[in-house]
Amino acid sequence: MSAILPPSDRLWWKQPLDRVEGTWILIAFIWCMIMFAMMVGWHIYGKQNLSTETYKTTRELFTAKTQAVVDKYTVRTETDKNIPVVRPPAGSDVYLISRLWDWWPILELEKDKTYRLHLTSMDYNHGFSLQPVNINIQVVPGYEHVVKVTPNQSGIFSIICNEYCGIGHANMVGRIYVK
Amino acid sequence: MTTYRTCPRSGLQFDTQAEKLMLANAVVAVVYLLVGGILAVGVVLTRWPAVHWLAADNFYMVLTAHGIDMLIFWIIFFEIAVLYFCSSTLLRCRIATPRIAWLGFALMLIGSVTTNVAIFRGDSSVMMTSYVPMMAHPAFYLGLILFAVGALVGCFVFFGTLVVAKNEKTYQGSVPLVTFGAITAAIIAVFTIASGAIILIPTFLMSVGVIKEVDPLVYRTIWWAFGHSSQQINVAAHISIWYAIAAICFGAKPMSERVSRGAFLLYILFLQLASAHHLLADPGLSTEWKVVNTSYFMYFAVLASMIHGLTIPGAIEVAQREKGFTKGLFEWLRKAPWGNPVFSGMFISLIGFGFLGGISGVMMGTEQLNMIIHNTIYVPGHFHATVVIGTTLSFMSLTYFLIPVLFRREMISPGLAKLQPYLFGLSMYFFVVVMMGAGTLGVSRRHWDMAMGGSPFAYEFPGAAYLMMGLVGITGVVAIVGGALYIYITVGSLLWGRKLDAGALSPKTVPIPVVPSTVALQGHGSAGFAAPGTFALASVFLVAFVLYYFINWKYLSQVWGLS
Repeated sequence: MSAILPPSDRLWWKQPLDRVEGTWILIAFIWCMIMFAMMVGWHIYGKQNLSTETYKTTRELFTAKTQAVVDKYTVRTETDKNIPVVRPPAGSDVYLISRLWDWWPILELEKDKTYRLHLTSMDYNHGFSLQPVNINIQVVPGYEHVVKVTPNQSGIFSIICNEYCGIGHANMVGRIYVK
Repeated sequence: MTTYRTCPRSGLQFDTQAEKLMLANAVVAVVYLLVGGILAVGVVLTRWPAVHWLAADNFYMVLTAHGIDMLIFWIIFFEIAVLYFCSSTLLRCRIATPRIAWLGFALMLIGSVTTNVAIFRGDSSVMMTSYVPMMAHPAFYLGLILFAVGALVGCFVFFGTLVVAKNEKTYQGSVPLVTFGAITAAIIAVFTIASGAIILIPTFLMSVGVIKEVDPLVYRTIWWAFGHSSQQINVAAHISIWYAIAAICFGAKPMSERVSRGAFLLYILFLQLASAHHLLADPGLSTEWKVVNTSYFMYFAVLASMIHGLTIPGAIEVAQREKGFTKGLFEWLRKAPWGNPVFSGMFISLIGFGFLGGISGVMMGTEQLNMIIHNTIYVPGHFHATVVIGTTLSFMSLTYFLIPVLFRREMISPGLAKLQPYLFGLSMYFFVVVMMGAGTLGVSRRHWDMAMGGSPFAYEFPGAAYLMMGLVGITGVVAIVGGALYIYITVGSLLWGRKLDAGALSPKTVPIPVVPSTVALQGHGSAGFAAPGTFALASVFLVAFVLYYFINWKYLSQVWGLS
């Protein structure tokens, strides 16, 4: 009879549905299909889809590639640590190192131009959290993730690490300028 | 020698050995809730920006312990008790292999203590997720592995008990719906624990230096098949408890067995895929994989939850209407026993789980929307709605039923018990809403200092984010007080509550009487619209869901282009 007793009707699966249940199941099913279509449709019509382009990489390889870009396109340095500010041409490959506990180098991008941003970690997992835009991407060691980004506003942006990475985690902040 | 006790208050029949096991598991669970609750004080008072209590190293240690003690130890110890209840008690049979069940309990206890010791040594502050290559002390993993093996033993004792009941014919026909839900939970648990073993054993070997490397991405993928799936055990378990409480408080029977069991079946088939929710912002996984998995294969598990969300209050409504509360849409609900914490806790849990936990979960589980949520404090906002408002509050409600029935004590302070679900549940409602608000503004989870005082590039969050994190602190403290009340009432009743009559003991089980099937065939019929009030509530839910869903897409459409 009740939910804590065996169904008194041994052929319970033949019991008819109430209209409340039938109607709700239909509505819920349609809503589920809409949500599924939305996710697929955004890949066709939407402008915010996370790239899946990924390569295996190593610390040495990625550092060398980053260094090459830094050597070529540094326009100035900032802070007493002389962190290079890199201004790569639109459409080019840009490398960003995450490590305990900073993002290196600083990037200077142009509004409405697209860049191929390469992300990896030198040690633990890190989190690329771009503020105040609020875009969040996981950064995993050993994997080079190439994300095509197109800034749509100019200003000063911060990259906060939002994957716990040890005692200095809360101070791991980087910077992107968009002109 | 097996003996059975028939509880004079509920008519339930307990195998005395199973009863001791349930008691032991439930008591240890409550102890872990106490430990986790004390740790919660450290977490909320540090994340409250104006207080910022603990130093960074202590904060991360306390946060690691809080997550593991609550999400794993409190919940799974309690769930093992629930599994034994749903098998041995509801099916009125002896528990299979009680000695092995005690072995499982011992493994869980030793494992959980080991992991806690490792954490409080201070060298295992790796969070619950313990992503490699960040390493904890080997004892951290060893404890978790022992615990998992113990829990697996518990699951097999549960399955064995089902076999005993079937063989000894203690019931006729199919198992009760609540037991069916518990079977769902146990099947998911076996998958979960196997995934945990597959990834934690190599990680343990890595921590002692036997193997050199565990791939970080493989770790994340398999760990989440353990980490998220363990939350799906909770969903199946607490939904079973909702059905049980509806039956206990109202004598409610499922609107239709077919629909409710079908929804549990959808859980078995699709709920596990949700571990992909955690990997949507990861490199290396294809879009197709993400879309299919994160949507539980076209949202079939969401469909199942939406069905349970209708059929449980629907069953209550039907039962109430049969008692004569038929005025308007909502007399059945107004006249419900709101002063009974067993019911009020369950209903606050159901509403909060659906509106706050369910809707936010679908947002985070939408591949693209995940990018504006991943690893922000929105995530703990979501899962406090699911595992605290959903699971923990349901377990609390069930406890109020079990104090006289299983513990055989009169509840102390019934006035406080009446208040507790409201204080705890409603403060948690506010807590998760402000957490999700702060997450929408970009505040990170697992972060010691949102002012980032040690960095030359410190980002200043908007004032609203600080306000909301302050409210997280305040509502968090209120919720902790609510949780403390539960522990006071439960432990107090066990220690000082008046002893109640245990009921008659008998060496033989009394099988569940068979009800002639003509009674049941009356059913509710396909012609009716038996629960209009519930349908109206469900419609409000759907409107909120749809609006919030598209608001998030609007928000996403304004951020930087990504392709």
